[in-house]
Amino acid sequence: MELTRLSAAALAEKIHSREVSAVEAAQAHLDRIAAVDGTVHAFLHVAGEAALESASLVDAALDAGTPPASPLAGVPLALKDVFTTSDMPTTCGSKILEGWRPPYDATVTARLRAAGITILGKTNMDEFAMGSSTEYSAYGPTRNPWDTTRIPGGSGGGSAAALAAFEAPLAIGTDTGGSIRQPAAMTGTVGVKPTYGGVSRYGLVACASSLDQGGPCARTVLDAALLHEIIGGYDPLDSTSIDAPVPSVVEAVRAGASGDLSGVRVGVVRELGGEGYQPGVERAYRAAVERLEKLGAEVVEVSCPHFEYGLAAYYLILPSEVSSNLARFDAMRYGLRVEGGASAEEVMALTREAGFGPEVKRRIILGTYALSSGYYDAYYGQAQKVRTLIARDFAAAFEQADVLVSPTAPTTAFPMGDKVDDPLAMYLNDLATIPTNLAGIAAMSVPCGLAEEDGLPAGLQIMAPALGEAQMYRVGAAYEAARDADDDTPLIQRVPSLEVSR
Amino acid sequence: MTAPTLVDFAEVVERFDPVLGLEVHVELSTNSKMFCGCPTEFGAEPNTQVCPICLGLPGSLPVVNRVAVESAMRIGLALNCTIAPWGRFARKNYFYPDMPKNFQTSQYDEPIAVNGWLDVPLDSPDEITGATTVRVEIERAHMEEDTGKSLHVGGATGRIHGAEYSLLDYNRAGVPLIEIVTKMIPGTRERAPEVARAYVTALRDLLRALGVSDVRMDQGSLRCDVNLSLSPRGSGVLGTRSETKNVNSLRSVERAVRYEMSRQAGVLLAGEKVVQETRHFEEATSTTRAGRRKETAEDYRYFPEPDLVPIAPSAEWVEELRATLPELPWARRARIKAEWDLSDAELRDLVNAGALDLIADTVAAGASPAEARSWWVSYLTQEANVRGVELVGLPITPEQVARVAALVASGQLTNKLARQVVDGVLAGEGAPDEVVERRGLKVVSDDGALVAAVDEALAAQPDIAEKIRGGKVAAAGAIVGAVMKATKGQADAKRVRELVIERCS
Repeated sequence: MELTRLSAAALAEKIHSREVSAVEAAQAHLDRIAAVDGTVHAFLHVAGEAALESASLVDAALDAGTPPASPLAGVPLALKDVFTTSDMPTTCGSKILEGWRPPYDATVTARLRAAGITILGKTNMDEFAMGSSTEYSAYGPTRNPWDTTRIPGGSGGGSAAALAAFEAPLAIGTDTGGSIRQPAAMTGTVGVKPTYGGVSRYGLVACASSLDQGGPCARTVLDAALLHEIIGGYDPLDSTSIDAPVPSVVEAVRAGASGDLSGVRVGVVRELGGEGYQPGVERAYRAAVERLEKLGAEVVEVSCPHFEYGLAAYYLILPSEVSSNLARFDAMRYGLRVEGGASAEEVMALTREAGFGPEVKRRIILGTYALSSGYYDAYYGQAQKVRTLIARDFAAAFEQADVLVSPTAPTTAFPMGDKVDDPLAMYLNDLATIPTNLAGIAAMSVPCGLAEEDGLPAGLQIMAPALGEAQMYRVGAAYEAARDADDDTPLIQRVPSLEVSR
Repeated sequence: MTAPTLVDFAEVVERFDPVLGLEVHVELSTNSKMFCGCPTEFGAEPNTQVCPICLGLPGSLPVVNRVAVESAMRIGLALNCTIAPWGRFARKNYFYPDMPKNFQTSQYDEPIAVNGWLDVPLDSPDEITGATTVRVEIERAHMEEDTGKSLHVGGATGRIHGAEYSLLDYNRAGVPLIEIVTKMIPGTRERAPEVARAYVTALRDLLRALGVSDVRMDQGSLRCDVNLSLSPRGSGVLGTRSETKNVNSLRSVERAVRYEMSRQAGVLLAGEKVVQETRHFEEATSTTRAGRRKETAEDYRYFPEPDLVPIAPSAEWVEELRATLPELPWARRARIKAEWDLSDAELRDLVNAGALDLIADTVAAGASPAEARSWWVSYLTQEANVRGVELVGLPITPEQVARVAALVASGQLTNKLARQVVDGVLAGEGAPDEVVERRGLKVVSDDGALVAAVDEALAAQPDIAEKIRGGKVAAAGAIVGAVMKATKGQADAKRVRELVIERCS
């Protein structure tokens, strides 16, 4: 099999056994990027030289008999352009940071480097992670490898598309309201939003601080788990990071792959499904639940009555934090600077007018309004109460079930341009993923087949209590193994071959 | 702008009751900043004490400085406040180039310390009540980070308006600040200016005793905003207040209150209304001028800082810190006054010279009060004057002065040699014992050598020797002087005198 079509675990095995060099692995992926990224546009920056150099260091160490720095040493990865990198630009998909080179590495970046993972480059995203289609990138949209007239999801469409286009076997995303999971569902890949505080946010350029969480993206559950253990864990530079060991997710995946889920209680969330959900997505999801039951899981229905207020609360809390977090982009110290203003204030205003796109401006305005005195209690204050109620809904549901499930997104990938002028329709695509961010718990999306109407992938969302990742990965791995055992070709290998472009 | 009509102070007091409020910002003297590891030293080259965190670079996150939190709690405890068992930081959002994130991480409705008081000593007892202190109620003390500094270049005033360009120094950005806010202080009448000054003085002394800040108003590590309103005498109806900033010395605090009383009275007596505004104190003229008037009230859009976890001090931690509180400076003064038997005037002189604590520390290190006072108020005060620095700024510690005094007491140094040792310490030659060693300043205590010198001096002045032998002991001084000269002062004069008399008997 071509190197680019291997799982990260399989590729790592070949590299560590010296069957393949890390440089060969990196080069194969760089070649693939050169061939298809003109079409897909998953990357904003490809760091070919740095990638080959990093891979050659891994080779040198392995040749010298040093044990691999991590189980994924030498494996290439695509990094969402929202993590700072001292040797590559960091733009967050925004013109306001065009060409900015941070003087420091994010903790996630540093952990990847320490693990010997080859960073191929930085992936496209909706500007400052605001969007569900990657169409709000200031550098042009990313296309879905399953159908290049369609969106790959967002905001992490670049990372997900890179996986589905076989440009990288691993990627890093960030999930504020579904930005890892929804693109995973749209591209037939695996995406994990860890428990809030499970992966350091230091060097992750903030969208909404209380919701943002970095996490692993891959084509298999095992690969995601391997990456999760590398990037996860306490970081003294992030006060909100959890000072506890990373859940043993790799072990859980290996246990889950045996396919026995007896004794596991799976809760079907009544409020996530039905009206507004594409029939083919709904059917794929129902089939997945049946499969879990066949594996021995006890399926129960749970109710989370406050989820219906989740979207509204989210679109008050997120913009409020955004309005404050993005205030620093003022042309005074770094990034874009539009000259011609007579005062510092004017330079700030002109720069922000020119540097931010429409969705970012929309959310800054919403957030500024929601935090204004006189409105704070009615908007931000009420939204925080909803947040508490949603956390209570989850707590009650987890009394009845070990994990909860739902469709990851209500639809499959929609055509480009479909929702870009209809913010509300765009926001609704995150209906099922948002509650977990509000509650700070863990969730993942695993592909659960193709929708009948359009032949595009649908995602199964598995949710677990805070730090309950092991159980979540176990269920995900068991499901994945059973799904692949029933199919002739693993789902991800059914991506149409992309027209090779130059 | 027309000059304001100022009302004579006596008339102001006759017709109005002043209501004071004081907001003091204290820069903590922690080694590192509030939310990052950068140093906080004053006066470094611009933009050399910065990192991604205090520059607010995208992706960076704050981490709270534990020592700063402890300092805040100790300040709160010393001000008799309740320490909040749980509280969050908040973001205060506004755009200004000297603020790297365009929000200040501060505390808003959950300050770390609330509801305290400070009994402020007055210079003289109140004429009517006889009280020697006035109780100032403290509303809150909260933590926040300082901003950077702007330097406006070009233009006449050094202000942003009319400047050609501005330079920004972020060294100060993120330095820990504690803001201490009083409740309204009513009933001070004609003593309002004095009470304001006494409060800031007392607070400064208290903070210095706590060791949490340099409390240098001239360097901005203690900054005061004066809020003042007038209420028609006896009416109890609160007036509109002004908030005067840039009050950078104790004297200015007093003058700002006095000026605002006269100015506001002028406005009110003309039948106009006092404008609620920020004013700036002008050091040169001891007046205040209006700042830029805002069309609408500033809306800071406060909300809880999501990048930090709440601060929840345990009762044990609070008690641990309470146990570290020092003796109140004024109580300490009263004690020292009694112990050293000082008059009011002597005590005041020592306090004003900034010598009291240094002397007390010198005594604590083993010197007698008389010796310690003698060193600090005479020789070292002269040195400080020559160098143009505060006494406390001299490069010698109370422990070193005590060591010199001990060497004198044990006869190893004469007073004259001791001054040379102190000079050596001040010149950076090391600790007293090192200076003694290097300069070879040991007293000649070898009697043999001294006897030879005495005999020589006696032989050189036989007439004086004769007088001493004849019982005129007072004449010995001349021989002692000659011996001291011959030994270049390195002899113990008392011992020389004993030897002279011994050799002549």
